Amino acid sequence: MFHRRIAALVAVTAIAAAACSSAATPAPTTAPATAAPTTTAASTAPSAAGSPAGSPAAAGCTVGVSWNNYQEERWAKWDEPAIKAAVAAGNGKYISSDAKSSAATQTTDVENLISQGAKVLIILAQDDKAIKSSVATAAAAGIPVIAYDRLIEDKSVFYVTFDNVEVGRMQARAIFAVKPAGNYVFIKGNAADANAKFLKGGQDEIIKDAVASGAIKNVGETFTDSWKPALAQTEMEQFLTANNNNVDAVLSENDGMAGGVIAALTAQGLQGKVPVSGQDGDQAALNRVALGTQTVDVWKDSRLLGKTAGEAAMQLCASSDVTKVTGAAPFTTPGGNTVSSILLKAQPIDKTNLQIVLDAGWITKDKLCQGVTAGSVPGC
Amino acid sequence: MTEATVPSEIPASDRPARSVGSFMQAAEVDSRLVGMLIALAIIWVGFNFLSGGLFLTSRNLWNLSVQSSSIAIMATGMVLIIVSRNIDLSIGSIVGITGYTMAMVQAIWIPNSLGLGVNQPYTWIIALVVGIALGAVIGGFQGFIIAFLKVPAFIVTLGGLLVWRGLVFEMQSGQTIAPMDSTFKLLGGGPTGSAGELGSWAFALVASAAIVVLLLASRRRRLKYGFGVRPMWAEVALIVGSVVLVVGATWVANSYPWPEALAAQYATDHNITPPAGGLIIPTGIAFPVLILIGVAIVMTFVARRLRFGRNVFAIGGNPEAAELAGINTRRTIMLTFVVMGVLSAIAGAIGAARLNAGVTSLGQQNELDVIAAAVIGGTSFAGGIGTITGAVLGAVVMQSLRSGMVLLRFDSPIQDIVVGTVLVFAVGLDAIIRRRASR
Repeated sequence: MFHRRIAALVAVTAIAAAACSSAATPAPTTAPATAAPTTTAASTAPSAAGSPAGSPAAAGCTVGVSWNNYQEERWAKWDEPAIKAAVAAGNGKYISSDAKSSAATQTTDVENLISQGAKVLIILAQDDKAIKSSVATAAAAGIPVIAYDRLIEDKSVFYVTFDNVEVGRMQARAIFAVKPAGNYVFIKGNAADANAKFLKGGQDEIIKDAVASGAIKNVGETFTDSWKPALAQTEMEQFLTANNNNVDAVLSENDGMAGGVIAALTAQGLQGKVPVSGQDGDQAALNRVALGTQTVDVWKDSRLLGKTAGEAAMQLCASSDVTKVTGAAPFTTPGGNTVSSILLKAQPIDKTNLQIVLDAGWITKDKLCQGVTAGSVPGC
Repeated sequence: MTEATVPSEIPASDRPARSVGSFMQAAEVDSRLVGMLIALAIIWVGFNFLSGGLFLTSRNLWNLSVQSSSIAIMATGMVLIIVSRNIDLSIGSIVGITGYTMAMVQAIWIPNSLGLGVNQPYTWIIALVVGIALGAVIGGFQGFIIAFLKVPAFIVTLGGLLVWRGLVFEMQSGQTIAPMDSTFKLLGGGPTGSAGELGSWAFALVASAAIVVLLLASRRRRLKYGFGVRPMWAEVALIVGSVVLVVGATWVANSYPWPEALAAQYATDHNITPPAGGLIIPTGIAFPVLILIGVAIVMTFVARRLRFGRNVFAIGGNPEAAELAGINTRRTIMLTFVVMGVLSAIAGAIGAARLNAGVTSLGQQNELDVIAAAVIGGTSFAGGIGTITGAVLGAVVMQSLRSGMVLLRFDSPIQDIVVGTVLVFAVGLDAIIRRRASR
């Protein structure tokens, strides 16, 4: 009897614990912002000119960065070095901590950063609501907070991100240009991630007239748990089955899922014939763009985001007024707050402009052009 | 080990059947298995009705067979783990790390690090061997800690779930590794990764012959030792039923033709002038499904005929008694985890091949689907009870629900709600029936 009880307990806990731990694992190839702008109030690229990064007031200033989950590929590889470089250029000091996907840990992290002497905070929020108490603590100490990549619903923050609705628009524009009419499939990201909805919102803006006129027909639309590529593949197989292969275009919200979609299309011999979108600038996806199996990859250069945030931090060291940062513009959040912000523009990459990612050093030529007939696309 | 120790064998009488129950008793067919087949039939017919006839098409059933195979392969191993009163939460992460490693072997290490180039004839087998060895080592390592150091399996494999997934991120800082070797890709199925018309019929012929020979041989052996046997009519019905199932499944797989675009490409490549209406190439049974069938046969043999398998069930039934009876329980438990690791690696290979890429999220949450499949298939957490066939059917039930709901355009949160409900409902129903039966 005793053993049976233990076994039952183990079973229940097993499922619960496994569910929790996998929920805490981030989608690896996507680094979605948990919130995205509803308007395009500002789309200003930061200019190095006029940046007071080297001003004497900022020298020696400590910038504290609170990562929500440093394990994801992009933060360590692209974002952090860019922030560090910008801070170092202004003679500032860089300190950081990692909350390991825990909102509670992040609260402690922020307190520690403040006690270590941070004069400006850059926060990649794990939870846009739970972080508000930390922002209040910082505000009470007169420390400006930069909401990095993900929105924090608080009017005191300075918000630096890519315009995510615009990313959705870019995806739809590229696909719409190739297939202005026909049967569209929508492979959306994680339902719990607001970004999935914002991307879809941007896509809808571009195609809504064609949908209304009946030129574009929605023949399949689904959210995909944790943005999983393998799941997207199964979904695409089912949509192809349901429509007897009469699918003319696929709007996939990121590159990982686009990989799954293209694997499903390949099994039906449709790769390269059905346009597919993506975002993130995954190396495998850029290779697919060169091969012609993926139509567009919206590339968000995280280094630009890091540099912008680092430079803004150095300016805030000198003057804590968030509205005075170079290139800042007011932005109305979904929650109705007006925050000072810089919204960066992403760059759609298709087979005509692959040179951009090569020039930026984002990908090497042999990786980009693996399996591509030399000279078939510019850049390879 | 003789036939006499098989606990599940109830001597059948020779009286004619009067009802369904006595028919099943006479035929020695597991009533739980029959119940699951009925449930599966209801699900299939239901989805077919709701989807306007889409579900029971050869194409969808073929898709379903491929989509179920990797979960089903792992579920056969999970039966042994759960039967011996353990649990393995790490398999999803083992799928991830083995799949990712195999992707690295064929897309980076062999072509770039060793400079041997892509698509070599030996690439796929090296990748596969490395992956399976890694799976066995990881499984053995966890099994050692569980069996010899007496750390609860729940804790060890929960740790494994985190560690192996974390290592996948560390290996290539989370990048997607693509594309796969052209031969390796065939492991994942697809029209080219299938046995084709002739191959599938050859398989059906061999399988049917094996069913006839094995069932008759078993009958002769039981008569020789003086055990009860099924009445002749039940024996014949069982043989005919099994053969019809094999031939029917093969026929379905063969009636799914290659997609037009691929067939047209094939015609061009082989200088064939396609007939009017296009070239029709039957797809046949997909390789991952053949792998699953092979695994299920081997695992059934292991579970029912090998001393190792008998020991697993003995330990699950009563660990203390098994220990006192002289069974090396530690070694046996450790081995179950090695087997699980190997099966997870096979699933990892299929996953990477199917996706044509190594991704860090490969296998995420598979542990839940696999445990659910084993449990829906009648494996009991109380230990000692479970069948390989049941677990495979459990996996097919789960995947049927999922792909059926995608056809009906239900979002994944709704799918999770339904699958979760079905899991608890199925096990609850089973528990009630079992309690009634034991009264």
